[in-house]
Amino acid sequence: MHKFTLRNVELWYTDFKALKNVTMDIEANAITALIGPSGCGKSTLLKSLNRMNDLIEGCRITGEILLDGEDIYGDIDINLLRKRVGMVFQKPNPFPMSIYDNIAFGPRTHGIKARHKLDEIVEEALKDAAIWDEVKDRLKKSALSLSGGQQQRLCIARALSVSPDVLLMDEPTSALDPISTSKIEDLVSELKKTYTVVIVTHNMQQATRISDKTAFFLLGEMVEFGDSEQIFSMPKDKRCEDYITGRFG
Amino acid sequence: MKQLSKKKPFDLFLCVFTWLCAGTTFLVLVFIISHIITRGLPYLKPSIFALKYNSENVSLFPALISTFILVVLSLLIAVPIGVFSAIYLVEYAKRGSRLVKVVRVTAETLSGIPSIVYGLFGMLFFVIRLEWGMSILSGAFTLSIMILPLIMRTTEESLKAVPDSYREGAFGLGAGKLRTVFYIVLPSASPGILAGIILSVGRIVGETAALLYTAGSIARIPTTPMASARTLAIHMYALSSEGLYTGQAYATAVVLLAMVIGINLLSEYLANKIVK
Repeated sequence: MHKFTLRNVELWYTDFKALKNVTMDIEANAITALIGPSGCGKSTLLKSLNRMNDLIEGCRITGEILLDGEDIYGDIDINLLRKRVGMVFQKPNPFPMSIYDNIAFGPRTHGIKARHKLDEIVEEALKDAAIWDEVKDRLKKSALSLSGGQQQRLCIARALSVSPDVLLMDEPTSALDPISTSKIEDLVSELKKTYTVVIVTHNMQQATRISDKTAFFLLGEMVEFGDSEQIFSMPKDKRCEDYITGRFG
Repeated sequence: MKQLSKKKPFDLFLCVFTWLCAGTTFLVLVFIISHIITRGLPYLKPSIFALKYNSENVSLFPALISTFILVVLSLLIAVPIGVFSAIYLVEYAKRGSRLVKVVRVTAETLSGIPSIVYGLFGMLFFVIRLEWGMSILSGAFTLSIMILPLIMRTTEESLKAVPDSYREGAFGLGAGKLRTVFYIVLPSASPGILAGIILSVGRIVGETAALLYTAGSIARIPTTPMASARTLAIHMYALSSEGLYTGQAYATAVVLLAMVIGINLLSEYLANKIVK
């Protein structure tokens, strides 16, 4: 089953064409990795899936992006779209408030006010993000007191708190140490049972370890897209092979 | 250190010169404060805090109350306008738009104008044109125009200092612009905004020129906003220009000094909090 359907997606930043004719299907309940050298458009593509690109001035997009068959650039409520398509950023960005309030911000935004309901959501989100045991005794403490890896898992919990369908992750481990990275990788592999995950990564091993599908981008073009196993063992495209084997990029 | 200075006499000179400059600055401060305190402290008796001012006992208490009222009123007018216009400039206006530039230049110009000019404007507009007379109200409006640029600029700076990742995080959760600005960005910026407000309190407390022709110098506890009143700084100015109660003027200076030092400490404390 396809979660996202992209048809001839092209995107400009003012005059610069960042995405060229991208057509792909993103499978539900699977992890899709977007790889490629810096500036190849993988983050841009990720951000167009929940319209975070709207915040950038001079950004234009053509083509079609369907979420469960619905055009997300059509007549829809952006805030509801972003509720359905959650996002985890490159650097952990917890809000400067308590751990509890960080998680509760999302549900509160979408109108949940009852205390017991919020308690429930917070606990569940923190458990899903595998950080509950570490923070359950200090929910009222500032989120900024956590370590980098804990902060990132907190941000994942925050994204889960609004019960999205899709989780977009923009190099979620690039600012973390190896141990925190492996925890997040385990977590992501666990999350795909419930969510559709799209992850941008610079780390080939990471893509190999966790992803089901991989798309390789170069200069705004999607060069190759297929099962990760196939892409990493016998890529069809020469450029993709060069990149994966470390001959450039 | 000794070895170094033997080798390079210029270094020694720089070192000594730095110490000298720092020492001079410190000494000037110590001199002013000790001068004021030695002259003022003997007159700082309970009688100077009497409820009523008269020519036998030049009480500073009415001035203290008027100062407080003027501070509160001016902030009530200037803080909402200043903070909200800063929010507009940083969060809503298009970056680099003409309007933003014009407003910014205006604010900068306003903050460079000598306060007597505000006083003159206040007199011509509030006192005469609007027929509010010399009153707390005229004074408060004049002062709020004066501190508006300060509040706007400090708010703008602290809003800009809020990392964009907070905004992204909130948008990413499906929060709208309004909710992001008022529940995430504004609380994060509040220590800086508070520091700016406290700085403007300092300016109000120390202001004379802008008040002389707008709030007047009646030394009575004001009962209505239309009553004329003198602040501590004006009180001091009046006492010392009359020349009869110089000691009491110094005592007022001690109170004023204590207030300003307290305010500065508070603003420093809050400014430190934002760095954390």
